Amino acid sequence: MSVVDRPITAPVHSEVDSYPEHHFLNHSKGFLSWALTLDHKRIGLMYLVGVMSSFALGGMFALMIRIHLWNFKDGWLSNQTYNQVFTLHGAIMVFLFIIPSVPAALGNFLLPVMLGTKDVAFPRLNLSSFYLWVTGLVLFLTALSVTGLDTGWTFYTPYSIETQQGGAVLAATFGVFVLGFSSIFTGLNFIVTINTMRPPGMTWFRMPLFLWAIYATSIIQVLATPVLGITVLLLSAERLLGIGIFDPKLNGDPVTFQHFFWFYSHPAVYIMILPAMGIISELMSVHCHKGIFGYRMIAYSSIAIALFGFLVWGHHMFTSGMADVTTIVFSALTFTVSIPSAIKVFNWLGTMYQGTVSLNTPMLYALAFIFLFTIGGLTGLPLGALSTDMHFHDTYFVVAHFHYVMMGGTLVAFLGGVFHWWPKMTGRMFNDKLGIISAIIVFVGFNLTFLPQFVLGSRGMPRRYATYLPEFQPLHQLSTIGSITLGSGLLLALIVLLMSLVNGKKAPRNPWGGATLEWMCSSPPPHDNFSSAPTVGDPYDFSNIEYDGRVGGYVKRT
Amino acid sequence: MTAIQENLAHVVDDHADHHHEHPSWLAHHFDDAEQQYDSGKLGMWLFLVTEVLFFSGMFCAYALYRNRNPEVFEFCSSFLNEKLGAINTGVLLFSSLTMAWAVRAAQLRQHQLLVGMLGATLGCAAIFLGVKAVEYSHKWELGLLPGKLYVAQLDGAHGPHKGYLEFICTVPAIITALCALYAIYAFATKSLFHQRVAGPMLVAGLCFFGGVGLGQYLEAQEEASKGHGGHAAGHEHHAMVDGHVDHGSHEHAAAPESVHAAETKTAAEIAASSSASMGGSPNVYVSPIELKTPNADVNQRSMAGLFFSIYYCMTGVHAIHIIGGMIVITWLIVKAAREEFHEQYFGPVDNVGLYWHLVDFIWIYLFPLLYLIT
Ligand code: HEM
Ligand SMILES: [Cu+2]
Repeated sequence: MSVVDRPITAPVHSEVDSYPEHHFLNHSKGFLSWALTLDHKRIGLMYLVGVMSSFALGGMFALMIRIHLWNFKDGWLSNQTYNQVFTLHGAIMVFLFIIPSVPAALGNFLLPVMLGTKDVAFPRLNLSSFYLWVTGLVLFLTALSVTGLDTGWTFYTPYSIETQQGGAVLAATFGVFVLGFSSIFTGLNFIVTINTMRPPGMTWFRMPLFLWAIYATSIIQVLATPVLGITVLLLSAERLLGIGIFDPKLNGDPVTFQHFFWFYSHPAVYIMILPAMGIISELMSVHCHKGIFGYRMIAYSSIAIALFGFLVWGHHMFTSGMADVTTIVFSALTFTVSIPSAIKVFNWLGTMYQGTVSLNTPMLYALAFIFLFTIGGLTGLPLGALSTDMHFHDTYFVVAHFHYVMMGGTLVAFLGGVFHWWPKMTGRMFNDKLGIISAIIVFVGFNLTFLPQFVLGSRGMPRRYATYLPEFQPLHQLSTIGSITLGSGLLLALIVLLMSLVNGKKAPRNPWGGATLEWMCSSPPPHDNFSSAPTVGDPYDFSNIEYDGRVGGYVKRT
Repeated sequence: MTAIQENLAHVVDDHADHHHEHPSWLAHHFDDAEQQYDSGKLGMWLFLVTEVLFFSGMFCAYALYRNRNPEVFEFCSSFLNEKLGAINTGVLLFSSLTMAWAVRAAQLRQHQLLVGMLGATLGCAAIFLGVKAVEYSHKWELGLLPGKLYVAQLDGAHGPHKGYLEFICTVPAIITALCALYAIYAFATKSLFHQRVAGPMLVAGLCFFGGVGLGQYLEAQEEASKGHGGHAAGHEHHAMVDGHVDHGSHEHAAAPESVHAAETKTAAEIAASSSASMGGSPNVYVSPIELKTPNADVNQRSMAGLFFSIYYCMTGVHAIHIIGGMIVITWLIVKAAREEFHEQYFGPVDNVGLYWHLVDFIWIYLFPLLYLIT
């Protein structure tokens, strides 16, 4: 590490704000000091590298799909390969990237620091979660290289029982099982940390909203994931022993599989979106330099989403064969979940109102989130309504819907969060101008890719098809162009981040003017975060936080 | 300002030396024993919640299929030996007692008693598995296998495959032999620590075979009481009643057409009474034996096979939990042999105890749901 430029006689501010000599990154050295670390910050960073690599892998598959669809027939992939490519795209993105992205990477790094503790409650369990994640990755790569999985990320029976790619199904289901436990243990660890380790003064309602979101997410992780675990376990028993529980040939019931699967996978979409919403709550208030509007409503709505989310899984199965009454009830319940989501959106808008908005990279991603998530959420309503879903089900409309919420929502928020906390995590500032450009390209590219898919879907283009009718070609080509734009925007974002490691300015303690605890420790934080419990104040009180030109960042007026 | 200054101070001092004393059993990121205990406890309760949900998937599957084909469950349940199930229930209940006692011993620093109680728990777990091994192997010999592997003939004759029990027992045999070697070593070196660890492990290994012996004895008794070679109750009726119970399956068209009028009536009665047992008034009296009558429809992969799928999944996953429990109990024995536990630090015993009670608890549901269907 570089020499510390800290004159002994310098004024207090610049002294405390200079790049710290000892921090968690150089606390100990060598490969094993990372591989066996129990430090939540290092584990968080390892996750960050891991999920971003998975995202890159999944992204390559996505581009392959879009390029294949340039022409309405005779794409460059065979039908069989096409099935494998979209399956692996979906499975990697869902299980390896988006579910662990915010909680495991950013959450791990930030939760103890924001809470004011030294670590999570069970550091060893935390490291095991990471290695479970790695095992899941290896199993997915096996599925990819051995034969190639072609069931779709949903593993619907009976196809998943009958497909020739048996080895891949086994490897992938086992991978999902292991990843599930990784996710459960992370959630469990976070719940316990928040419940038992809050330092004096950190009451529930002084917790940053990001922590509320992580808390709600963890509840879902703990309550929903075991059901996925048993489902995929039964599915692998189905492949290995032919137990028949989900196999219609043996009097088993494939619709039961769907119920089990969606009992997890609908709540899982809230595992994806809730932490993203938490990020947005932080970004909105910090970059508007204004207290969050409706703190309690946002906190409660996170919990409400977590609980309501368990009651609506049936909306994925309106066409699978359920009693009429059941479909009506599920449809009605689906509408209730959108209320807490809308509450949050209004509160973020309220936060911006009369704030001093800094239009920097994290804030632009946050704004993009609000726009894209709103579209994604609103298009969920016609899908939740019975009459319209009969038409939209299994079309590109659904594809566009979930990309707006998952990619436009979670991924964009994740990027915003990564830019926001990057100086804290690495101690380096990135080039804000280039970052802003990346955000704009991502936003434009994203809409170009997925807006046409709403139109395609409503005109009847089914999802997961390798060929399509000629009349859909212009819209498909527009979407492909969009995807390449989007890909370049994301690449630029990555370059901006990596460049900062090489030639970035050293980050001050508090570059954006945040009031939560992580901005009180140095950038990057020391090994133990806080040598003794920090003083906890209102996380959204910006009244005495001022910019100090000498340190290039914000300081708290005493 | 204070937080900043403290961080600054922290930069200078190394993380190893803390301001306050931390005993070795208190992890460095916890403030005090209470916080550590509370965290462990909450963590374990949450883990138990996930375990319950994990099993709930299978309980749902059970409920669905039983509701759909109640007669299949009645018929197949008669192949499960209630005596063995009951003994295992008793063994597990007793092990819950010894486990709870172990927690008490840990709190009171009664190290020797603690090792003993943990050893007793381990032994009970081994007996449970021994009995289960007998049950499993007998069913495999009869071809009572899950789903598409189901090949039972139901004429009471054992299938071509034998020797499953020996097969299952090889791994425990190797482990027991290793434990015996370890015990010899422990007594040769006169190390109290090793004796405390090896003793319970060896006993547990032997308990497994005790369980196997007990299981075989009872299983043989059961077979003898059912007449020569007959396995399940009501086999004698097999030849007489060939009618089929309508259970809503498509396969019943395949049932033999040539049934005598009298027998058809019996089948109708069976159907009537099985619907009566669902809440109607039982006008026709049908003895339980007749209800358990195997018929051509039930004895096939998509019917009995599915029951056994559920049976093996539920009891198998439960058995894996028993094995997992045995591993952590062994770990506790090692710690207890080192006399690590005391009134400030007994969380691990307490939490493993909670886990163990849950595993027992699940069995207490499995036993009636699978074995006691009438
Ligand atoms: C805001 C309220 C939301 C509503 C009302 C809603 C409604 C729906 C409905 C009804 C479907 C089923 C469409 C069909 O298959 O016919 C669906 C699919 C989907 N939604 Fe949402 N959704 C919402 C938010 C989200 C969020 C936040 C995410 C993820 C972050 C998400 C991810 C998905 C995914 C992945 C699918 C497709 C699953 C598949 O079949 O592969 N949704 N949504
Ligand atoms: Cu859903």
